[in-house]
Amino acid sequence: MESIEPSEKPVITKGIDHFFFNFYNILKFIGRFFVEAFRPPYEIREFIRQCYYIGNKSLLLITLTGFITGLVFTKQSRPSLAEFGATSWLPSLISIAVLRALAPLVTALICAGKVGSSIGAELASMKVTEQIDAMEVSAINPFKYLVVTRIMATTVCLPILMFYNGIVAMFGSFVDIHLNEQTSLTTFFQNGFQNISFLDFTSSLIKATVYGFTVGIVSCYQGYHATQGTQGVGKAANVSVVISMFLIFIEEVIIVQVINALR
Amino acid sequence: MKDFTPEIDWNDKVISIRGLYKSFGPNHVLQGIDLDLYKGENIVVLGRSGTGKSVLIKIISRLLYPDAGTVNVLGQEVPNLDVVTLRELRLKVGFCFQNGALYDSMTVGENLAFPLRRNMPGMSKAERDKRVALVLEAVGLSQTVDQMPSELSGGQRKRIGIGRTLILRPEIMLYDEPTAGLDPITCTEINNLINEVQRRFKTSSIIITHDLTCAKATGDKIAVMKGGKFIRQGSFDEVFGSNDDELIQEFYDYNFIQ
Repeated sequence: MESIEPSEKPVITKGIDHFFFNFYNILKFIGRFFVEAFRPPYEIREFIRQCYYIGNKSLLLITLTGFITGLVFTKQSRPSLAEFGATSWLPSLISIAVLRALAPLVTALICAGKVGSSIGAELASMKVTEQIDAMEVSAINPFKYLVVTRIMATTVCLPILMFYNGIVAMFGSFVDIHLNEQTSLTTFFQNGFQNISFLDFTSSLIKATVYGFTVGIVSCYQGYHATQGTQGVGKAANVSVVISMFLIFIEEVIIVQVINALR
Repeated sequence: MKDFTPEIDWNDKVISIRGLYKSFGPNHVLQGIDLDLYKGENIVVLGRSGTGKSVLIKIISRLLYPDAGTVNVLGQEVPNLDVVTLRELRLKVGFCFQNGALYDSMTVGENLAFPLRRNMPGMSKAERDKRVALVLEAVGLSQTVDQMPSELSGGQRKRIGIGRTLILRPEIMLYDEPTAGLDPITCTEINNLINEVQRRFKTSSIIITHDLTCAKATGDKIAVMKGGKFIRQGSFDEVFGSNDDELIQEFYDYNFIQ
């Protein structure tokens, strides 16, 4: 797939021209993803390999950050609630904060940093060493094999990692509450989940899916269109992370507005 | 020089290029290329770096599109092919990249088996392994089957790259700078391998190089490129018999006198 480049003589300014050409190329890239994703043959084995790779790579970090997030958030919230004698609300507060906002966002940011940079660098390195061209001339569809599988894997894995992150964060919170208030695990979870609605679950699921898709698309696009040799590999990894994180925050704002309107 | 006489069918053109133009921005790389490759023939495209030699074979395998001109490969007009026909054609046209372009994450054996797994899903594992072993034997690197590409030398990587191309039994081979960056002994080994491929697998080839020794050893015809055009085509002796062009003189002097 040849991407379109702006001409030597800019139509508006060089920067603006580049922005619009990049925007057009990304839309084309997304369109091609949907066409290739639903057209057989399906790359099931490579998709499963990528899922394992993404999950395996992020699991330790997700566990640590989840646990610390829950623990610290509980510690920070306790003094404020204690002023009103409302520490019994902690499980409820934590579960709402974790499930609605923290888990999707923290998981997405970790995946953008860990998985996004890795996909960007891997594809860019394959591009500059002509491995992608080698696939193409061997009658293999590199877009389907490399790009579709990775985007599908990030889209599927991020919601799973998000729920895992949420559970670990809740456990981190439980540890702190149990040490201070001697609350049992059953009571903690009963209190925690009594204010969680179906919309909270679905909105988090939607958020995580959108973030996973964003990380996949951005990092694959940057890697697949890398240029300038080894310098391009570093650039692709770096830009994948920066743009993914930026888009995740923008999407967070938009999705929260939509969900709040539905609530 | 070759120690065998290639079987060239002068009535069967496998590649025919007419009036080929390609530019990258203000850089006019190809400016009216005409080329015919006959069945069983090896053509060497010779020229200085940056003259568009690699662009030519990338257009033949449709990694790039031409700006103008016709590119006919095995009776098919390459720039106009649909995805399915292009895929079928690519099975018959092998491309050997300058640095081998081996897949880093796979062993040598997996690198060779990968195009078979993807393009011939009905082939049994035993049959696939047999073909991998056959090709590794043909490129003289049977012992490397379980090694990773990073463990191979530059020459070995190129040989495996040639092997990976051969595994699909192509009718046409396109070699991009097969001897670049190699020592003279390894260059000779690669040249012998190119000739062996032509003899044993009955392929027709376009060999892109700036190495005159490679050109002399492997080419049945030499085409010298300058300024985006072929300035001379013919046998080695015909091209270098009269060094009346500055570039040809320079090439000859550099390779055989210095």
